[in-house]
Amino acid sequence: MAGLETTVGFSGAAGDGQAAMADALALVVARSGLQLYAYNSYQSVIRGGHVWLRVRISQEEVETHGDRLDAVVALDAEAMVRHAPELSEGGVVLFNSDKLKADGLPPGRTPLPFPVKALAAALGPQLAVQQNTVLLGGLVFLLGLPVEKLVEALSKQFGKKGEPVVALNVALARAGWEHAQKSFAPLQAAGRWVLSEKRRSVMTGNEAFAMGAAAAGCGFYAAYPMTPATGVLHWLAPHAERCGIVVKQAEDEIAVANMVVGAGHAGARAMCATSGGGFALMTEAIGMAGMIEAPSVFVLVMRGGPSTGLPTKTEQADLNQAFGASQGDFPRILLAPSDVLDCFRTMEEAFNLADRWQLPVIVLSDLLLSEHNQTVDPDRFDFRFRIDRGQVVREAPAEGPFLRYRITESGVSPRAFPGTSGTVFQAGTDEHDEKGILISDVSTHPPTRRRMVEKRARKVGAALRELPPPVLEGPAGAPLTLVGWGSTRGVIREARALLAARGIEANQLAIRYLVPFHEREVAAILAGAAKTLVVENSSSGQFARHLRAETGHAAAGRILKYDGEPFTPREVADAVEGFLRAGGQPGYRHVCETPDASPVAFPRTRS
Amino acid sequence: MSTLPPSPLRIEDFKSEVAPDWCPGCGDYGVLRAVQSAAAGLGIAPHELMIVSGIGCSSNLPGFVHSYGLHSLHGRSLPVATGIKLANTALTVLVTGGDGDGYGIGAGHFIHAARRNVDLTYLVMDNSIYGLTTGQTSPTSGLGMKTKSTPAGNAEQPLNPLTLALASGASFVARGFSGDPNHLAELVKLAIRHRGFALIDVFSPCVTYTKLNTTAFYKQRVYKLEEKGHDATSLTAATERAQELGERIPIGVLYAVERPTYEELDPVLRAGNPFERPRGLSQELGLELLAELG
Repeated sequence: MAGLETTVGFSGAAGDGQAAMADALALVVARSGLQLYAYNSYQSVIRGGHVWLRVRISQEEVETHGDRLDAVVALDAEAMVRHAPELSEGGVVLFNSDKLKADGLPPGRTPLPFPVKALAAALGPQLAVQQNTVLLGGLVFLLGLPVEKLVEALSKQFGKKGEPVVALNVALARAGWEHAQKSFAPLQAAGRWVLSEKRRSVMTGNEAFAMGAAAAGCGFYAAYPMTPATGVLHWLAPHAERCGIVVKQAEDEIAVANMVVGAGHAGARAMCATSGGGFALMTEAIGMAGMIEAPSVFVLVMRGGPSTGLPTKTEQADLNQAFGASQGDFPRILLAPSDVLDCFRTMEEAFNLADRWQLPVIVLSDLLLSEHNQTVDPDRFDFRFRIDRGQVVREAPAEGPFLRYRITESGVSPRAFPGTSGTVFQAGTDEHDEKGILISDVSTHPPTRRRMVEKRARKVGAALRELPPPVLEGPAGAPLTLVGWGSTRGVIREARALLAARGIEANQLAIRYLVPFHEREVAAILAGAAKTLVVENSSSGQFARHLRAETGHAAAGRILKYDGEPFTPREVADAVEGFLRAGGQPGYRHVCETPDASPVAFPRTRS
Repeated sequence: MSTLPPSPLRIEDFKSEVAPDWCPGCGDYGVLRAVQSAAAGLGIAPHELMIVSGIGCSSNLPGFVHSYGLHSLHGRSLPVATGIKLANTALTVLVTGGDGDGYGIGAGHFIHAARRNVDLTYLVMDNSIYGLTTGQTSPTSGLGMKTKSTPAGNAEQPLNPLTLALASGASFVARGFSGDPNHLAELVKLAIRHRGFALIDVFSPCVTYTKLNTTAFYKQRVYKLEEKGHDATSLTAATERAQELGERIPIGVLYAVERPTYEELDPVLRAGNPFERPRGLSQELGLELLAELG
């Protein structure tokens, strides 16, 4: 599927600098006409803690970090013990032989020692972290990537530190490159790449959300820092002035959500992003947005729960929370993009849906989608988003009073922005009549209450009719249908390719709109499917239950993973095969487990 | 106090079609009148005024004023109002609520709104009781005060909203009394004209659920700072006056200083009202931003 490819893993303690190494490598790849998908299995500590960062480099676009491991850059002893054994046949380990030993590698795996001190001796005294640049130089040789692109990448990375630092790092990289050239054979993929001057960008889902929000005309973004959603804030804050977005860090997520609803009510396109814990605090404000019909966009980037859970690990188990955020019945739209470019484009849709239907739109992402890095092709980015503000009244009505909550067929009542002359109105979180006058305290009026509930509810039905239903991907008559939502689309695609290579045909249904749900269309597709398997990062199968609730369709099996790591294509393919081996009977439940090859425990407690 | 030209607007222009439903004799009537009178006096047109409230008896106030209004969530009026103001800085944004709303459930937002100094006027109708829920203790209930939730007497020290606001960095802190709506209207005018966050804690007695903090109680005790003489630019003097809660209680402006507002310090807001700004990105700028990542 990916054609020519190779995967490099960087491992060490947090703070060892592997992220900077991977960033530099990513730039080399992105500027050489190649593509990558990088995933960082990091821990919630600033220094110390184990980091495992994989960069999958390929000739063609790839949608997961894959199952291969061709090279490990080991920065500490734990890295050597834990990850060197995971290498694929023919794999290599790069390491600083002044500090580490590569004992006990499985057969067919080659240690590649770099005597960093000797290699860099001519360059004067070095900082410990500068071993990384030597190893990076060696790695670029082994991968058969252009060394001049590494020089560019280092210049970009160290440019702010001044020319001497850039020059030193370039010299260190060249020393590593020359050592590798003299001493080692390049990896298999080297020399077979079709390199070009095509330049791509390296982007995370969070950066795509942020840039998409800017293109969608977001005017107000509020945030409280929370992993793994902070990346959106970290892109928007330094670009606020150029993009004209008021970016406000608030005292807590309650304030964030209330500011967003206030700004949305006042006429700004307003958004925030958070993770499950912060979203829990936002729920009352989401209900307010439903009740006062204030357009607002909430990005929920899921991590492992419950409670503080796994701050730096991925999961898809906040679906129930998003369905049920806030009390009472009110319309909301939940949508889930599936890749980085989709994160960008989803912002156009999310803001337009929020404005057109005057309701909260919840965009669901997860740590994997929001934080993994991927090459993206600038040619596929159209920033000229269509901005549809929906029905806005800009002057006093010709006759009669302005009815902010006028009963209409679609359920949408034309709105006016505060400040408009002649459309003065009251909005309230209490139930209200068409004018906005509260009917809750003195004169609760059951017929008005019923009409207002129904007016609001009509909006989702009307919205659903405009949303494109999902389409079955892959061979139409396949005996297996894999169903997933959000970020699992890519891994299911790649798993299907692996299955096809094993002679098992499967197609897939990727769900983008969770609420409202295309119940009829999905039910019809699944009625035509021979056997269905749901694939999701949740232990209880929240999505499988939603699917059943909406369509009556009970999937034959569930492939689940909830250890904090994303699915790999092979895991999914193996689980599907397991289902078939077990007779393909309903009730199949398979839990994918991330192998830990380490024979040694690395306890964090003091002994 | 006002140096503005005479306004063509009258109190009647700010009366909504909804009649207040507070108990007869409630202090909030006086606050309502003061708000309407101040808006009229300052010549703020109804469509330029946005009143945001939380939940509680006093938070019903926006519904009785002919202006834009938003009756938001319990304790959340300040962040909602902040979002509104930062979305459209041309609006005059007034925030109203009670002591439970502002100093209890919303206390966190209160502190941060004070130090943030967004140009908001916050009117707290302080009656030391939860009235709408029929009489429980509030953050400003006196020690030993018997309420439905504290039949043996309130065991918690009351919070002092004025010293809290001062300690939080508020640039305008005042106290009003609903029993003197004309004086209160002048305070509201000053607070609206103040650039930045302005707090007016208003003694606004509940006639139904407390027999302690009554209008008569305050009438006997309040005195006007401006008559007595007070340096409202001194934090020390303001803090001292704020703690005067015995036989004599000051009303008026305790503290008023000029300091840059949030709007003046935020680079995006400094460039103009975001409400007027064209939205979205050009393809050129978008590609430039994308290229930063390549």
